Amino acid sequence: MILIINICNEQFHYLEFVRPIEQILQKANINFTTKHYTELDDIESFSKIIICGTSLKDNEFRQNLSKFKFLKDYKKPILGICAGFQIISKLLKNKTTKNQEIGTIELNFEKEFLGLKNKNKVYSLHNNSTTQGNLEVFAKSENSIQAVKHENFYGVLFHPEVYNPELILNFAQL
Amino acid sequence: MKLAILFSGGKDSCMASFLAKKYDHDIACLVSLISKNKESYMFHTPSIKKTEAQAQAMGVSLLKQNTLGLKEEELKDLEKILKKAKKYFEIEGVVTGAIKSTYQASRIQKICDKLNLECFNPLWQVNEFEYLQDLIKNDFEVIITGVFAYPFDESWLGKKIDKDFIEKIKILNQKYQINPAGEGGELETFVLSCPLFNKKLELTDKKISGENNSFRMEIKVK
Repeated sequence: MILIINICNEQFHYLEFVRPIEQILQKANINFTTKHYTELDDIESFSKIIICGTSLKDNEFRQNLSKFKFLKDYKKPILGICAGFQIISKLLKNKTTKNQEIGTIELNFEKEFLGLKNKNKVYSLHNNSTTQGNLEVFAKSENSIQAVKHENFYGVLFHPEVYNPELILNFAQL
Repeated sequence: MKLAILFSGGKDSCMASFLAKKYDHDIACLVSLISKNKESYMFHTPSIKKTEAQAQAMGVSLLKQNTLGLKEEELKDLEKILKKAKKYFEIEGVVTGAIKSTYQASRIQKICDKLNLECFNPLWQVNEFEYLQDLIKNDFEVIITGVFAYPFDESWLGKKIDKDFIEKIKILNQKYQINPAGEGGELETFVLSCPLFNKKLELTDKKISGENNSFRMEIKVK
């Protein structure tokens, strides 16, 4: 069972940032449970975690990073999407940097990353990025690292639910 | 939150309004861009003047902005009207009916960010068949007012989105890759009734024009 973590402060954003990921898993008959980050418990019972993104103006989660500290002890695969990626990167002591990218961009995956390799079209929607630190980088845009791995953690700054659903399915099947 | 809905009068903007209400937001105003360019990249054009009747039925103010509908230039007109909505209706966010178009969504996101407004896309990436069923389930009365792809013809104009429509569009989707929600620009719709309207709109006149597989139906409603 996969745990999807919703970090949206406005619940209306669930439809845009969480439901598309649920639909991708549903279509592939993969079991999941969705919980808001403010009401998490017993995460060890889940086989994997996906932390979704949120809107450009939603920075509430940044004030509540302590609520994500438990992720440091979770040793099974975690996929952080956009803001989800930034949360984990922050827990790994990397810095948040200002960097707006909105729209479709092309990335070159120098090494295979959850099924993506060579050139791929991706959808970006963020005002912030993160420094690299000890993250292994698989793809980067002009201004930011876009696909990374560190131990059990996978992170993408772009939104795979738009053009790259196979990335989410490949993560689910790890 | 006080929100403005980018409103074309079709099924997507009406469903987006319905969802905004469902999530307890306040619809402060509707915003319609009236494009002179029927091929606008951003804004749907058929029957847009009838949004006045829909706004009245919803009991919500309608802000209209004319635009030549030229690529990228039309974004300045959108920014202008959203600034007005912010000033006069104190909106804190904008709701769109975008489903798949990253072209539309990314441009609206940028304008909202610039104007310090939240941007909501409640139909984003929705499963189109489930969405059509949701329209029926929630008592939306939606008619087809434009068809723009093979193998559509004039006979589709005025058809309602009902179970029969879904069955037919399933076949067209399998055979000709027609997007069931018209996201590829294959269809335009108009909403005659939905749970947000205090009365059902009646079709009083229609004028059909077009040729081959491309037809529009200009309508009058009361």
